[in-house]
Amino acid sequence: MTYSRRKFLHHATASGCYVIAACAGLMTPGQVFAEWAEDYFSPGKLEHTLDRLFAGADIADSAAISLNLPLIAEDGAVVPIKVASTLSDVESIAILVEKNPVPLAAIFTLSENTEPFVSAQLKMAETCDVITVIKAGDKLYSARQQVKVTIGGCGG
Amino acid sequence: MTKTKIRLNAKNGKTELKILIAHPMEHGRNRDPETQELIPAHFIKTLTVSQNGKTILSAQMAGSISKNPYFAFWLKGIANGDLIRVDWLDNQGLSGSAEQRLAEPS
Repeated sequence: MTYSRRKFLHHATASGCYVIAACAGLMTPGQVFAEWAEDYFSPGKLEHTLDRLFAGADIADSAAISLNLPLIAEDGAVVPIKVASTLSDVESIAILVEKNPVPLAAIFTLSENTEPFVSAQLKMAETCDVITVIKAGDKLYSARQQVKVTIGGCGG
Repeated sequence: MTKTKIRLNAKNGKTELKILIAHPMEHGRNRDPETQELIPAHFIKTLTVSQNGKTILSAQMAGSISKNPYFAFWLKGIANGDLIRVDWLDNQGLSGSAEQRLAEPS
């Protein structure tokens, strides 16, 4: 059976309207949640997490990122971090802890109504580097700093 | 059990948003000190910030964020009277939210 152009267009328009209606019905305020990507948060090594996050794309060290972390954290359960950047068109900010069982702590997706700035608190299992990766204008930039942990954040 | 608090602070045309959520943020590898049983994972997975119903920031996270998470962001293009709302959802299906309108700077 051949599928005529007229029939195709008719079906495409009808199903298109249906999809729009369904989305409109579902998207009531307070129910719109970003997807949670399970593979970003699977346990493993930092390199593997970065590969899953950015598909092996080049990440350049950047002086345009300011990373504000303590040099020594007395309590690994609460390590304050501030990330700010002078890069333009920042799309997302990821924060990773090198030696945590799950390296990715969080990834923030920004918009034109948010400054490239994030302040949060991390758990750190042991002394290691904290890395931030910023996606700006389809390029990846990163900064890192070591934090010495004197009491572990994972019951250690 | 969980409480969500937010505070808006307009400064020099930008708006600081501070978020404090009462949440255990258990990553699932801690043991109960008495029974030695694993404490089930219980952490916030997604957090969104919206301005008048439009999402302006979204975050994905897991158990490496500290217990009772605190976040601060700087928003721009927020006008007086705009409604800022924060929503979160955790891995056990619990959710929470808080909202506040930006008031005239005093």
